[in-house]
Amino acid sequence: MTMEIVVFYIAAAVSVSATTLVVTRTNASHALVYLIVSLLAVAVIFFLLGAPFASALEIVIYAGAIMVLFLFVVMMLDLGRGSVEQERGWLNPSMWVGPGLLTLVLFLEMAWLLAGPMAQTSGTAVLPKEVGIELFGPYLLAVELASILLLASLVGAFHLGRRYMRARREEEADE
Amino acid sequence: MTAIAIPVEHALVLAAILFAIGLAGVLVRRNVIFLLMSLEIMMNACGLAFVAAGARWAEADGQIMYMFVLSLAAAEVAVGLGLVLQVERRLRTLDIDAASELAG
Repeated sequence: MTMEIVVFYIAAAVSVSATTLVVTRTNASHALVYLIVSLLAVAVIFFLLGAPFASALEIVIYAGAIMVLFLFVVMMLDLGRGSVEQERGWLNPSMWVGPGLLTLVLFLEMAWLLAGPMAQTSGTAVLPKEVGIELFGPYLLAVELASILLLASLVGAFHLGRRYMRARREEEADE
Repeated sequence: MTAIAIPVEHALVLAAILFAIGLAGVLVRRNVIFLLMSLEIMMNACGLAFVAAGARWAEADGQIMYMFVLSLAAAEVAVGLGLVLQVERRLRTLDIDAASELAG
């Protein structure tokens, strides 16, 4: 029992440190790899909380699909050594003071609100079958709305990306 | 299936920490790609809070809300990265401040 709860705290420490590294990196691809580590640690936490389906989705969709999308764009923009220097110029250490203090205050308020009698999670896993039954029962309308949202974003991304690719081809033809 | 009893406040505090780091990233960074990454961190923290709340009462609703957050994040990233490509092509920089001329 105590052994298993240690796993939770280790995964939490990994996710917090990896996320801090994401925000402070100057190289975009390094930050992406740290973000993947952070997402994998959160997937471990989901599994321990008794949500194996959410854990699988975290790895397949977040760490798999969304991060690969980011990686494609970083590669397309060809962010090389020059962009790291530029990023270093943008990231003045004194810039962290104001936003850091403000977010720290907000976080401390939230931690203070959460400090109280300790409730435990149930310790029983909610399996994908139950999630699916609930999803296509009371939440059916929300599923349809999510599908419309995804369709709209597909059309929007295609529209933006198509004009980008056409302009790029013309630029290359000019050269 | 292994699931253990975890103090639910600790999971929620973890979500708050991740959200605060993401918020600090959004406030400090100027590169659009890092801004989008920080937004992802914040959405992921929201999903963690939903899953922890669902695990508190062993209900499926938390995981369902997490899936909606996930589809929202996917939609946001697809459109956001398309906009990043356009901004980079037109302004030749990834500085978010350069895009302020959109205001006119």
